[in-house]
Amino acid sequence: MTPSSRSSAPAPASAAASAAASASASGSGSPALPAHAEVAIIGAGVMGLAIAYNLAARGQKRIVVLDAHYLAWGASGRNGGGVRQQWSTEMNVRLMQESMEICAHFAEEMGINVWMRRGGYLFLARTDAAVARLTRNVALQNRCDLPTRMITPDEAQALVPELDTAPFVGACYNASDGIVFPWPFLWGYARAAQKRAVTIRTGTEVTAIERRGDDFRIATSAGTLTAGRVVCAAGAWSPRIARLVGGALPDRPVRHEILSTEPLKPFLKPMVSVIESGLYVSQSLRGELVGGVSLPEEDNPDGEVRLGARLEFLTTMARGLTELMPRLGHVKVVRQWAGPYDVSPDGDPIVGTLPGVPGFYVVCGFGGHGFMMAPVVARHYAAYLCGEAPHPFFDAWRADRFTTGGTPAPAREEMTIG
Amino acid sequence: MSRKVILCRCEDVTLADVQRAVKLGYRDLEEVKRYTGFGTGPCQGKECLREIACAIATAAGRDPATLAPFTSRPPLSPTELGVLAAASRK
Repeated sequence: MTPSSRSSAPAPASAAASAAASASASGSGSPALPAHAEVAIIGAGVMGLAIAYNLAARGQKRIVVLDAHYLAWGASGRNGGGVRQQWSTEMNVRLMQESMEICAHFAEEMGINVWMRRGGYLFLARTDAAVARLTRNVALQNRCDLPTRMITPDEAQALVPELDTAPFVGACYNASDGIVFPWPFLWGYARAAQKRAVTIRTGTEVTAIERRGDDFRIATSAGTLTAGRVVCAAGAWSPRIARLVGGALPDRPVRHEILSTEPLKPFLKPMVSVIESGLYVSQSLRGELVGGVSLPEEDNPDGEVRLGARLEFLTTMARGLTELMPRLGHVKVVRQWAGPYDVSPDGDPIVGTLPGVPGFYVVCGFGGHGFMMAPVVARHYAAYLCGEAPHPFFDAWRADRFTTGGTPAPAREEMTIG
Repeated sequence: MSRKVILCRCEDVTLADVQRAVKLGYRDLEEVKRYTGFGTGPCQGKECLREIACAIATAAGRDPATLAPFTSRPPLSPTELGVLAAASRK
């Protein structure tokens, strides 16, 4: 690992400095649309770009990534950058341990600073029931060699002296979790993919997809191309893409909002999250506090992706944050924005072949955790597309489980916040 | 010289940073905002948007009128958490 990728390294003054090592990237000055792709990936978020990069690194040729907007427009550019290994199923714990390893070496391997800081993750619980769940999860995580431990509210306050721990009865803490700045992951994957001859077309909206013999014919706002296989990595927009090819996906977009404060001197080591409210907050390497809180899910019968920012979020989050850390009352909020969680009916992701459409693959429904899981999921997804034995998640998260009864209840992940 | 011309004072983004972003293919205000970080500090672009737009237009050979401004984010000006918290419905 290079010194610049260490969490202790001083942060550059701007994102430009972090990107300074980048030799090329994908802006709206996009290359020509090829007539044919072996694999066409729809969605240039972290998942689509990482799958493209992993395919190309395996020697696959003629890979095209299409995106209606620009890099970081969607959820990959709107999330809080949390990367944690505290999960409630062994598969997710182990996947995120592997993803964390990829993140830890990303800067060195891709030559771009991702502003990673491993300050840990602290989950606070208000109820005995939540403490019991966390205790079970911690035992599982310890069996996976994760150093998570249950701690008392007093111990939590020793970690974060600004906390008012009065409402809490227990907590768990893993020092090896952390945060990243999401955007450089996109530039890093995009640049590494382009170096391996992947075509990335931003500003290119997919308008129609149809089967033509062994191929798919994809119409876009910039012309048409054919593709032997298609991967839909469009996140919360996946159901819309699936409908274009006559398929159906059961995930739905849920608006989540987030805010960022003025930069402060570093004081907050771990990401702090409250189990019951879904509030989370961390301090980025730029010094800003970045965090969000769950609001009641809106009625959204049309499955429309809503990206507007609401005053209700701002005031709810401000209240939650100042109750959690009363000293923050005079800290100023600089901006707020929204992004879509892509939520499946059972909360687990949806991967593999789109039911009824062989050759058309999906990777969606990550419910707000797609960014942190993308490095590892994309690695195994590329292996699967290259014909290797599929990782067990291809069975657990298979797209047809909603029509065939689903996986047994105990496998369901419950750590779905932060 | 362009490395010493600061266009975004909040985030220390220079003319050279913008020119470099344009060279890499980032040609819209939204893209350049993300790639350079300009407009994400306390002023939220109120001081620098015009200057950056001019720099992009010059570097990309575009008519400035074709550059749409980036999405402005609430609050209108930096606001204390305590003030916002007091406005929340209990």
